[in-house]
Amino acid sequence: MSIVSTTSAPAACWACNAAPNAVLAQSPLLCPACGKVQPVSNSDYFQVFGLDRKLGLDTATLEREFHRLSRRLHPDRFARASAEEQQMSLANTALLNDAYRTLRDPIQRTEYMLKLEGLEIGEEHAGKGKSADRQPPPDLLEEVFELNMQLEEMRMNQKIGENDPALQADLTGARGKFESLLAEVDSDLAASGNTWDSGDRLTRENAAKDMAALLDRRRYLRNLLRDVNQVLSTAAA
Amino acid sequence: MPEERIVGIDLGTTNSLVAYMEGSQPVVIPGVDGSNLVPSIVALDVVDPNAETHARSVTVGNSARRALIEHPEHAIYSVKRLMGRGLEDVEEELKLFPFRLADDIEPGEVLRIRLGELHFTPSEISAYILRQLKRNAERYFGAEVRKAVITVPAYFNDAQRQATRDAGRMAGLDVLRLVNEPTAAALAYGLDRSKEGVIAVYDLGGGTFDISILKLNDGIFEVIATNGDTHLGGDDIDNLLLAVALDEIRNEHNVDLRQQTEFSSGAIQALRKAVIEAKIALSTEAVAKLDIELPGGNRYQREIPREVYEQLIQPVIARTAGPCRQALTDAGVKPEQIEELVLVGGSTRIPAVRKLVDEIFALSARGKTPHTELNPDEVVALGAAVQASILAGSSTTTDELLLLDVTPLSLGIEALGGVVAKIIQRNSTIPASATEHFTTGVDGQTNVAIHVLQGERELAADCRSLARFDLKGIPPMTAGLPRIEVKLLIDANGILQVTAREQRSGTEAQIEVKPTYGLTDEQVETMILDSFDHAETDFEARQLIEARLEADTILAAVEKAPAHPAWQLISEEEKSRIEAARLHLEATKPAGDLHAIRAATTALDHATRNFAEKMMDAAVSGAMRGKTMQSAGDDLGQEIHAPHPFAKADIDDSQLPNTGSTKIEPAPRTEENPEEDQQ
Repeated sequence: MSIVSTTSAPAACWACNAAPNAVLAQSPLLCPACGKVQPVSNSDYFQVFGLDRKLGLDTATLEREFHRLSRRLHPDRFARASAEEQQMSLANTALLNDAYRTLRDPIQRTEYMLKLEGLEIGEEHAGKGKSADRQPPPDLLEEVFELNMQLEEMRMNQKIGENDPALQADLTGARGKFESLLAEVDSDLAASGNTWDSGDRLTRENAAKDMAALLDRRRYLRNLLRDVNQVLSTAAA
Repeated sequence: MPEERIVGIDLGTTNSLVAYMEGSQPVVIPGVDGSNLVPSIVALDVVDPNAETHARSVTVGNSARRALIEHPEHAIYSVKRLMGRGLEDVEEELKLFPFRLADDIEPGEVLRIRLGELHFTPSEISAYILRQLKRNAERYFGAEVRKAVITVPAYFNDAQRQATRDAGRMAGLDVLRLVNEPTAAALAYGLDRSKEGVIAVYDLGGGTFDISILKLNDGIFEVIATNGDTHLGGDDIDNLLLAVALDEIRNEHNVDLRQQTEFSSGAIQALRKAVIEAKIALSTEAVAKLDIELPGGNRYQREIPREVYEQLIQPVIARTAGPCRQALTDAGVKPEQIEELVLVGGSTRIPAVRKLVDEIFALSARGKTPHTELNPDEVVALGAAVQASILAGSSTTTDELLLLDVTPLSLGIEALGGVVAKIIQRNSTIPASATEHFTTGVDGQTNVAIHVLQGERELAADCRSLARFDLKGIPPMTAGLPRIEVKLLIDANGILQVTAREQRSGTEAQIEVKPTYGLTDEQVETMILDSFDHAETDFEARQLIEARLEADTILAAVEKAPAHPAWQLISEEEKSRIEAARLHLEATKPAGDLHAIRAATTALDHATRNFAEKMMDAAVSGAMRGKTMQSAGDDLGQEIHAPHPFAKADIDDSQLPNTGSTKIEPAPRTEENPEEDQQ
């Protein structure tokens, strides 16, 4: 997915000609004066909700605002409006929904913000093939190697219908360890997010790099856990 | 002119309904025969070949039921199963349903169904049903109806939705919104704004299954996850029972109805009617009996205890459990967090289904009972009426309600190697959009082909192909330089819209979206049902014409009645009542009083109801004996075989009615007065 990161200066309201929102904390999707739906803008997801570009946000407030804006923007409210307004309603509601879906989830929110800041993360990162989230984190090389061996052995056993309770116990133990590593990553991410939100430019740059690396680590751990869970659930079945 | 009415329509596999918001309550609009349900059966009338003036005419609903048995090659039911489908999707259906398709359909083409000598697309057949509902509503309001909300299974894909919208257009309806059936049901239950919390809607209908999980908050109905199976419903149970019966008839009486095509089609439809009645009986009774006269005079007699029946249908209803668990996982809620559960669809009357739902959602364990206060056959139509009222903005009851629905399937684009890159995940709130960028691979390339798919699988071959389109008119540039932005948007109906632009040159790339299983706008235009070609300016005049046509139809039928053997089965008193009603209608018809004609027609219809039933029974047994059937090239599948035979019926021959008709009678619950059944 690509993100439009430029913000063009919004035009005056098409219906009442009022000046657009000068203040943040209000969505540019509706005219502040007459409340009419506006042509879809290049607003980023934070602007859609009238929010500052910050990672810490209260999801309960976000949900309330999502519902409030939905009531005003949704195509159901424009069934009798002109074709132009219907089209604006459709485009703006899609933008609102996309924004809400992204911002309510802390991980997606972080990924989105890093992209806005110009960092490449995930699959686009590091060119073709060997993206960072495919490489085991250096500090975990040994454990990952051992885990992969055990997974392989377990899969072989399952193929020939054998059962090795000791191996299964080992894997279950490893799952617990990697789950706690994942939880660690999440709390580190939250901490870096706080740093980013409150820091100056230089602090922010560093925090952003930290978060990009944490997201790679997280993705790697998640894929690994998915494999372990798959093998263990086959064993349970 | 008063506010234009928007009706809500449930276009169901088995039955269809139309409803609207009367004040603060949604109500179902009954048809001419007084019934709320219009069976989704369409029959092409058998026209006397000598009467050249007769245009082709189509019968819908209860009156088409008889054609299903007498002229099965002219009738179709459960057409919803074919909506938005291609030849390769329906192989399984064709084994189980007597759908007759045109011989020359190419893979990737929209299906065409044969009725008699004519061909119809599934959308056209559905349009006939919609037109009937539209007429019922117009009759009721005494005013034209042009706008509607139509419900679709939540798990319907893009092609199935488009086919439904096309059907609306063909029927002369402006389809303002397609609403998902379980969501509509939630709306019907949730008019009370004070409802809060997480609820689930379990919707097992005639042909489709949906499960939706919603969050209710101050009038906002936010769907958080949905799942389902668009080929799972009561039909599957019917087919299973039918297969058991056919196997047993073959083994026991050496009569293979699947083979004897000369009359098997009608006979199978009659048998189907019988097993459906048994199924319905088994929802309230402990035992149902099948007693059917076979070709050659033998009888197929069975007693089906509920335990045997439940064992038999277990594999079918168990298929609803997987989608329920997936929806819960996707919603991120545990079964215990579901505060209320709503049951929708006729098949949720089956006690075994209720038991399964109770287990999955741990209802009784938490002291809860599912919601069944609203008639499960009607609740979807009622909800559609609520949504219609929301769109009309005409009622204070629905003023503050808002439905936020999701797309049931992920949307993806085929990438190198046939892998699907998902760009909109399933359960995303709609409208939803995604922007993708494409470029060229060869210097000077001016076209880029894009393949859009729907589904959860990794490989394009395993997903549902939605559309292929070419981005044309890209200015020639070095390979990799053009930057084509494609915007995909799923609208509030769950239907995809695509726009594209080449960003370096700023030219709008031309897109030709070729729906994989859809009709083009031009095709839809040509299929708009004839009667709408000459859009009536004088609505009153049309109403009068239609009322007289209705009168003519019933008068013609009554005229022929005394010649029918069933005429002998009714009392003299009944005959004279029919005659009086007939004379009254004859007298009323020439005058221009619309309401008087309708009243007289309804009166005659009521007077002949008992006789019509008798005639129907005679038709069924006639079909069973293979006497009235001409040829029918129907081929019921060999694939399903009976896992268990039914128990031998303990039927005392002396109790048999001697009319030779097919009878399915639920066993009396108590032995109050067994003598009563004796002749």
